[in-house]
Amino acid sequence: MGLETDQPFLTVSMNKVVNWARKNSLWPATFGLACCAIEMMASTDSRYDLARFGSEAFRASPRQADLMIVSGRVCKKMAPVLRQVYDQMPDPKWVIAMGDCASNGGVFNNYAVVQGVDQIVPVDIYVPGCPPSPDALIHAIMQLQEKIDQERFSQRY
Amino acid sequence: MVDADVRLGLSGSDLAIRNKTFHSALTMTPGTLDGISHRFLSVVNEHGLQESVVDFQNCNGIPSFTVTPDVIEAFLRIAKENSSYDLLSDCFGVDRLAFSTAHRFEVVYSLYSIQHSDRIIVRVALALDQPCPTAAGIYPATVWPEREIYDMFGVEFTGHPDLRRILMPDDWVGHPLRKDFPLGGEEVEFSHNVREQESK
Amino acid sequence: MQNSDLMSERSTTFPAGIEVERQHDPDTGADTMTINMGPSHPSTHGVLRLVLELDGENVVRCTPHIGYLHTGIEKTMENLSYYKALVLTDREDYLSNLCNNLAYSLAVEQLVDVVIPEKSQVLRVLLNELERIASHMLWLGTHALDIGAMSVFFYTWQDRDLILEIKEHMSGVRTKTSWICPGGLRGDMPSGWYERVESFLNQFPKRMEMYEGLLSNNPIWLERTRGVGVLTPQDALDAGLTGPSLRASGVAWDLRKSNPYSGYEQYEFDIAVGQYGDVLDRYRVRMEELRQSYEICRQAMKRALAMPGAPVRTNDRKIAPPPKAELDTSMEALIHHFKLFTEGYHPPVGEALGVVEGPRGEKAYYVISDGSNRPYRVRIKGPSFYNLQALPKMCEGRLVADVVAMIGSIDIVLGDIDR
Repeated sequence: MGLETDQPFLTVSMNKVVNWARKNSLWPATFGLACCAIEMMASTDSRYDLARFGSEAFRASPRQADLMIVSGRVCKKMAPVLRQVYDQMPDPKWVIAMGDCASNGGVFNNYAVVQGVDQIVPVDIYVPGCPPSPDALIHAIMQLQEKIDQERFSQRY
Repeated sequence: MVDADVRLGLSGSDLAIRNKTFHSALTMTPGTLDGISHRFLSVVNEHGLQESVVDFQNCNGIPSFTVTPDVIEAFLRIAKENSSYDLLSDCFGVDRLAFSTAHRFEVVYSLYSIQHSDRIIVRVALALDQPCPTAAGIYPATVWPEREIYDMFGVEFTGHPDLRRILMPDDWVGHPLRKDFPLGGEEVEFSHNVREQESK
Repeated sequence: MQNSDLMSERSTTFPAGIEVERQHDPDTGADTMTINMGPSHPSTHGVLRLVLELDGENVVRCTPHIGYLHTGIEKTMENLSYYKALVLTDREDYLSNLCNNLAYSLAVEQLVDVVIPEKSQVLRVLLNELERIASHMLWLGTHALDIGAMSVFFYTWQDRDLILEIKEHMSGVRTKTSWICPGGLRGDMPSGWYERVESFLNQFPKRMEMYEGLLSNNPIWLERTRGVGVLTPQDALDAGLTGPSLRASGVAWDLRKSNPYSGYEQYEFDIAVGQYGDVLDRYRVRMEELRQSYEICRQAMKRALAMPGAPVRTNDRKIAPPPKAELDTSMEALIHHFKLFTEGYHPPVGEALGVVEGPRGEKAYYVISDGSNRPYRVRIKGPSFYNLQALPKMCEGRLVADVVAMIGSIDIVLGDIDR
């Protein structure tokens, strides 16, 4: 079989190993919008320590990020910018809509706010709360990890 | 109270700790309008501007002068230079559609005197499409607020150094804070309208 | 469908990432370059967009573009009853929620002419000062992070989280409590709350020493802040600067002293005033403010503990809901409760200004009533809006690396600017 070697080795499906790598090193883009961004920062601080789940490396450049946490209300003036940041992120990429405003407009049902960021970018996880606590965001990231684990890696490239 | 500079261990002491006593309330001086006296009124009288005060109101302790657009610059200038209202606390617009159609808009200047610890409000009544002279030459802090009023109410400021939209996108149509501009947003789905909402 | 509409409609406002544009001045032979910073940039404290015209590393002109977080809060408040509009004040300047609550409540209380009990005044002061500490903690952490001192962030957020837990203990939510409402407070403090505040205050002076130790004598910190972003008192007043940023320029003006509200005249505290008006002075003024806030908290705690069981809400049932227990026995209480939360109250026609000294400066709510149950017009004066006006002046001729230090030093919150 050509596997005769004195080095130890492991057989595993490609899907498993790629997903394992993807889900445990989710690098979010530093994309703070409003109130939820403060709680997003709180989730990285020493008390909540998002680093335990491999997501603490917030990247200032979208080119290095594979998770966008839309943290706060998206206004109509900001919507094209958000879309551009999303487009700049390399595949595979995921989106968490953090908070009520990003999910559906929240309390701001008015002329200025986009009623749900899913009108602009595809959303993987919605986090309820105004703002969600850091625990809720960490839970969302763990949910996303589960979701990635069940994906076929070839769906995203 | 420990001196802050000693604690910070920094040379070039520059931080002063003050427990200053300020003037407590409105400083009343002679000069009356409709039986109300205020120190600013005597300055207004001195400069012969009392005729241009269209209306005087007491907004819960804050005297409010409504003036015509042609004298607003002179009025603000004496407030700043002769009455020590040195800080522009705020500048904003009001759409008075429900109160008066002749004077549709109001531009409100809220001025504060640090020396006297008191506040006055100067407002200009404007008709629809009537321009207002800018106050940017007297209070440079009004540059952005006046842009905001232009953006939100569509009031033009003559002589403004940089009059363009500030909060809304440049290609936005309409002025959101006007009373005839709808609130917008989406209709919320309830059990009575769920079908028509879904069909949209 | 809607998605593509939205994209095409707004495509002209699309800031194309980093747009580089070169201008050549034939007279001087100088080349300047225009670069775009933001609105998605980690050091602009939100979605601020700056267009910088650079001559090499020097800033020739800085033009802030705002509005990327314009939420229409003023318009939305005009469409809600007075009681419901309160929750939007939390979400406007999201780092000083309780100060916003207080400013709005002060304005509405003037309109409906209601007197609130002594204990609620004391607790309002206590909550406001805790909020100020929390806000300054966030400012300190992010400001230091911007300048390059990463570890301060981890320490300050611990303290901030302790205050958020105090708020959570009281109300159930970490940040947006709406706990200060027209007519007093939402409710009295639960058991164990004062002990929690006490334990926070007990460890706070030690933490302050640590922060000073980390930064105040740090040569890199001094190098990056001393003499940077100088504003003379006249510059500061011209830009409409308020709060700690104005005091750092040498203007001794604090609303808690000059126009006391909620009984601030009964507390002993000092205000810190800088002299040079640079980034370092703004840092030191805020550090001293933290100490003074701590002193006020101590005094307010003493007062509040001396009033166990005292009411924290007005007895006027038209303004504040009746106690929950009364709903089971009293028909009238039920009617009041129902009326308050459905229709609300109708203040007489008039105008009122509620103004407080927030962590960033003078926070004012101007409320106009037309006699209906909804405010006719609510104007929110965000101190950050005016503070940001001073940025172009500060940046002129400075290095591009200092721009970030200057943005941090005026402590702007984009929610406060764009509303």
